Amino acid sequence: MTLTEKKQLQITACKVRMGVIESTYGAKAGHPGGSLSAAEVFTYLYFKEMNIDPKNPKWEDRDRFVLSKGHTTPGLYATLANRGFFPVEDLPTFRHIDSYLQGHPNMNLVPGVDMSTGSLGQGISTAVGMAMAAKYNGKTNRVYSLLGDGEIQEGQVWEACMSAAHYKLDNLCIVVDNNGLQIDGAVADVMSPYPIVDKLEAFGFYVQEIDGHDFDAIEAAFANAKATAGKPSAIVIKTVKGKDVSYMENQAGWHGKAPNDAEYEQAMTELKAKLAELEA
Amino acid sequence: MAEMKKVATRDSYGAALVELGQEKKNLVVLDADLAGATKTGVFKKAFPDRHFDFGIAEANMMCAAAGMSTAGLVPFASSFAMFAAGRAFEQVRNSIGYPHMNVKIGATHGGISVGEDGASHQCCEDFALMRSIPGMTVICPADDVEAKAAVKAAYELEGPVYLRFGRLAVPVFHNEDFKFEIGKGEVLREGKDVAIIANGLLVYEAIQAAEELASAGIDAMVINMATIKPLDEELVIAAAKKCGKVITCEEHSVIGGLGEAVCSVLSEKCPTPVKRIGVNDEFGHSGPAVKLLEQFGLCASNIVAVAKDFCK
Repeated sequence: MTLTEKKQLQITACKVRMGVIESTYGAKAGHPGGSLSAAEVFTYLYFKEMNIDPKNPKWEDRDRFVLSKGHTTPGLYATLANRGFFPVEDLPTFRHIDSYLQGHPNMNLVPGVDMSTGSLGQGISTAVGMAMAAKYNGKTNRVYSLLGDGEIQEGQVWEACMSAAHYKLDNLCIVVDNNGLQIDGAVADVMSPYPIVDKLEAFGFYVQEIDGHDFDAIEAAFANAKATAGKPSAIVIKTVKGKDVSYMENQAGWHGKAPNDAEYEQAMTELKAKLAELEA
Repeated sequence: MAEMKKVATRDSYGAALVELGQEKKNLVVLDADLAGATKTGVFKKAFPDRHFDFGIAEANMMCAAAGMSTAGLVPFASSFAMFAAGRAFEQVRNSIGYPHMNVKIGATHGGISVGEDGASHQCCEDFALMRSIPGMTVICPADDVEAKAAVKAAYELEGPVYLRFGRLAVPVFHNEDFKFEIGKGEVLREGKDVAIIANGLLVYEAIQAAEELASAGIDAMVINMATIKPLDEELVIAAAKKCGKVITCEEHSVIGGLGEAVCSVLSEKCPTPVKRIGVNDEFGHSGPAVKLLEQFGLCASNIVAVAKDFCK
């Protein structure tokens, strides 16, 4: 990609992060940490990789995205809003009573959400079903799913991986956000999922491990995945939980907590400064 | 009277899928290593490219079915009731029920008539689990004709449906021209002294019981309530008003199934004494199916005994 393109994606990722802060602050709840760690992947998928149409969210031939780590709705909603699926101004109504922006993704209420998720381990299985259906229907659309590194402690994830390889779902690409932290602490301490890459390879995936905040690496990885035939792909992204909000970075405590007034001001100040720097 | 033909409703399930599959190209069948037992093997043979085995992984199968349905396929996800409703409950609740997916769950081997496999495989909790999910339709057909009709009706209904079938061959008492409608009970015998509301293999037992009761001077009404949810409340209330006494019969725990569904309606809209025949909050055990049914009181003779006591 050109430097201009990359700069534009970085600007968008920064706006997505601002949306994450706006929505969790507005909700006084939600999950900022894992939303911020995946901001670049969310951005790349919806602004570069996926074949979608915000004006026609249910378009039959669109690529699909399943947020298997459904609690990171703030990241998904901020991305969808910035992409034009619904107004950015609605983000602060996140988790409010009677708002369509439910705490976890709801495909029947939110334009652009392809699957209702929230219970960990299930999203990837639904993505497997979507990829199988695409092949059955002779469609060329691709299916993407984002998982957490804590989520892969769920046994169902490995049932899904087994079936994805068994049915040679080369139209499926999963992304594992390896930010290293979950609610109770470091994933390595709570229940180690490592070695993630070896496990996925053993389950029959074409696996790449990249810096999840580097758009060049993200672009190359998705291109490699698309070029891989006969097996599903997995991209393990090494990321920083809470990325770009200084006091949230690498803190498990910011998995599922909203910023208070002072923290909100500080986060927005930091992100606005970052945005100004990028736009300069 | 000639011996009645007997068919296990799991066989009806497989046969109906093959028949329906001929014309409905978006119908696909999913299994979890039990195609031989759920009788979907016949579908697999007829349409090998439309049958997907997920191995012994019911949770993944249920969610994959949900994913397939988003692309216009109508998946029939098949397993034993214990694993379809029990093991995969939360997957069914969150990935099929909550988004109201057009997924059909074909659950065979319901109840204690599973027989020799024993308690681990005798699911008597599936009605309770499935009817607790908003928007889920729950059906337990009584015989071969009704089971086939229920499969077709489930296909035509947009939304999630749980179908429960049995392992044991049971009498086929419906005529081929029987019209099945989801949510509508079927009055098989008019009566005025007690209304027997049954489903599954207990329906035929109820018919037999009513004949015996008639010779004892008790005029029993018999209702086949194949659809547990949505329940035909109108018919339940009408039967209660007419007879003043209701007996429910099901091959399920007395907790959470047809009996409680009927009690819920009647207690709020038409308070009426009810006796529930079912599995009394206990696990089953190994044994020949018919002997087990007798032992647990899921048979005509026990219905007769309960009704006589009730109508004293």
